[in-house]
Amino acid sequence: MSNSIPSSASYEPTGQGLPVKTGPLLEIENLSTHYISAGGTRVVRAVDQVSLRINAGETLGIVGESGSGKSTLALTILRVLPPAARIVEGRMLFEGQDLVQKSDNEMRHIRGKRIAMILQDPMASLNPLFTIGDQVAEPMRVHEGVARATAWRRARELLKSVRIPSPETRVTQYPHEMSGGMRQRIVGAIGISCEPRLLIADEPTTSLDLTIQAQYLNLLRELQRERGLALIFITHNLGIVAKMCDQLAVMYAGRVVESGPVSRIFNAPIHPYTEALLNSIPRMSDSAQRLTAIEGQPPDLAALPPGCAFAPRCVRAFDRCRVEAPPELGLRERRTARCWLASSDSIPSDMLVQSSTA
Amino acid sequence: MAVIEAAGLTKHFLARRGIFGGERGVVRAVDGISFTIEAGRTLGVVGESGCGKTTTAKLVLGLEDPTGGTILFEGRDLQGLDTAGRRLYRRSVQAVFQDPYASLNPRMRVDTIIAEPLVTNQALAATEVRGRVLHLLDLVGLPARAADLFPHEFSGGQRQRIAIARALALSPKLIVLDEPVSALDVSIRAQILNLLRDLQAELGLSYLFIAHDLAAVAHMSHTIVVMYLGKIVESGDARTLARTPKHPYTEALFSAALPSHPDERREEIILSGEVPSPLNPPSGCRFHPRCPHAMPSCAEQEPALADIEGRLVACHLYDTDEHRAPIRIAAGASPVS
Repeated sequence: MSNSIPSSASYEPTGQGLPVKTGPLLEIENLSTHYISAGGTRVVRAVDQVSLRINAGETLGIVGESGSGKSTLALTILRVLPPAARIVEGRMLFEGQDLVQKSDNEMRHIRGKRIAMILQDPMASLNPLFTIGDQVAEPMRVHEGVARATAWRRARELLKSVRIPSPETRVTQYPHEMSGGMRQRIVGAIGISCEPRLLIADEPTTSLDLTIQAQYLNLLRELQRERGLALIFITHNLGIVAKMCDQLAVMYAGRVVESGPVSRIFNAPIHPYTEALLNSIPRMSDSAQRLTAIEGQPPDLAALPPGCAFAPRCVRAFDRCRVEAPPELGLRERRTARCWLASSDSIPSDMLVQSSTA
Repeated sequence: MAVIEAAGLTKHFLARRGIFGGERGVVRAVDGISFTIEAGRTLGVVGESGCGKTTTAKLVLGLEDPTGGTILFEGRDLQGLDTAGRRLYRRSVQAVFQDPYASLNPRMRVDTIIAEPLVTNQALAATEVRGRVLHLLDLVGLPARAADLFPHEFSGGQRQRIAIARALALSPKLIVLDEPVSALDVSIRAQILNLLRDLQAELGLSYLFIAHDLAAVAHMSHTIVVMYLGKIVESGDARTLARTPKHPYTEALFSAALPSHPDERREEIILSGEVPSPLNPPSGCRFHPRCPHAMPSCAEQEPALADIEGRLVACHLYDTDEHRAPIRIAAGASPVS
């Protein structure tokens, strides 16, 4: 086993970890995850017919409010769903293999090694009873069978690469001896310890101060560039998307209502929800203006309105929206939208490619 | 007219002694700050954790007593107030907190929650109280039937409206808003910020607005105060301060704020290190160990707030007589010596 480990502890891309250029790293097709109550009477469609794609080295932002299904989507990709949740349909092709079909044992070899995750609260991700060194070394010992001394040596180098000062002393310390920013960087070090191809970050900076957040986001970007990592950012913060992401998927009530390249969506949103969301954020430059608020409340996932879930709050909704849910429409430039308006005259016909009723 | 005038406001906490005794430390949470909140205006306070903004809010609310300095409420010193004056002050200054799930009693109906300050502070007939509650609900955009429901029947944004209605019950002069929208969904935040601005215009309220989201503070405030480790490093007109920060810390803080558009390109100043402990703040200028412009004198002498082009800035870079702009140094460049 040990001969598969690079002999030098350098963390330059080893070559063997680089993806073969045969299409997207992760391709999610028509994925649905539902929470089903004990009697089977109540069904919450937390993730509903979601299709997404991310290439190696790309950054995808998944944006939505609480209850939009963005965190359930992340848990589905990692297959760490709570018992009440079921993947009811769809495929998740990661490096060409369908994660939905993998056994729990096979998933254990992928999780933490090929796909890693960073959670919002670093104190909840770190075990208070183990040293930092033990926790950073653990994935390497489990997944790669590295000896303790080697794993600890690599842990020190990982801490250095996430800019932890004096890693030699830090490895022997415990999480409570670190600041919030340092803990989050340590969680990042654990995430990249087995050189994953895909890193999922769920609100990674909400517990951090502004200047520390800026440090951390820059660090993530450097790590991504050095290692050719694909990153999925799960956030409610459009500022993080604007700063970090290439691709964006906007979720509302369990569905992806719009997706595509970030700058295209920011410049010309198609879905009224995306547009309203972009207009509702205060900007540094125009503080005199009133904000354009989205009236109403996000819907209850267990009692969704018929038709489009956003229709009750949509300023442009018409009769059809309240009766029939719009299908996902594939547009040019890797864009999609789930809106009846996108299929009518409001979209230039040259942007339409094909319509899928997935 | 000024509603609140704070001068040299100071709050030091004694740090607890270790089990074996030893030196007793002093946490200088707020260290000699002065500010004014005018009637009908909003003062925004920004800074990172440990800068003293929440302690400042507690001092203004009268939840903590200052260890130094004074707060004048409509010209009268808070320290000299008798019980009746203190009571009036507490009625005139109300608060809305971050988490509407924690700040509303789950066992009380909405009308009881909103009426509680009325009942404890004023002798009103039951029908009068009910009338006031319905009026307050209408002010914050909730239907009259909300009065008979419990907090769990409302979403986060609606709960924050209830909290605002309760704060308005005694017709206060000033409302302290401590992160009023950060616990809310993105699509709801604009509703609440708009409501707060409408209420200010309608009722002539003053706000002390504390938030992490710099764009929200810039949007809401007339004046902004930037704090670092218990000190004010810069203060002035909200829009000019946000657009052209003068203190290197303000500059770094605003450059670290997330962009509102992916095409927005700006100079990014990434500060090294973290905020030092207020138990043992650095000598001289408290920001100097992280400052990209630090000079030898910064470690020795504490800069005083000085009027620089209509703004207050505490930085040695502006010590020259001409008050010329400091030479810009890109992030990562060596400090000026």
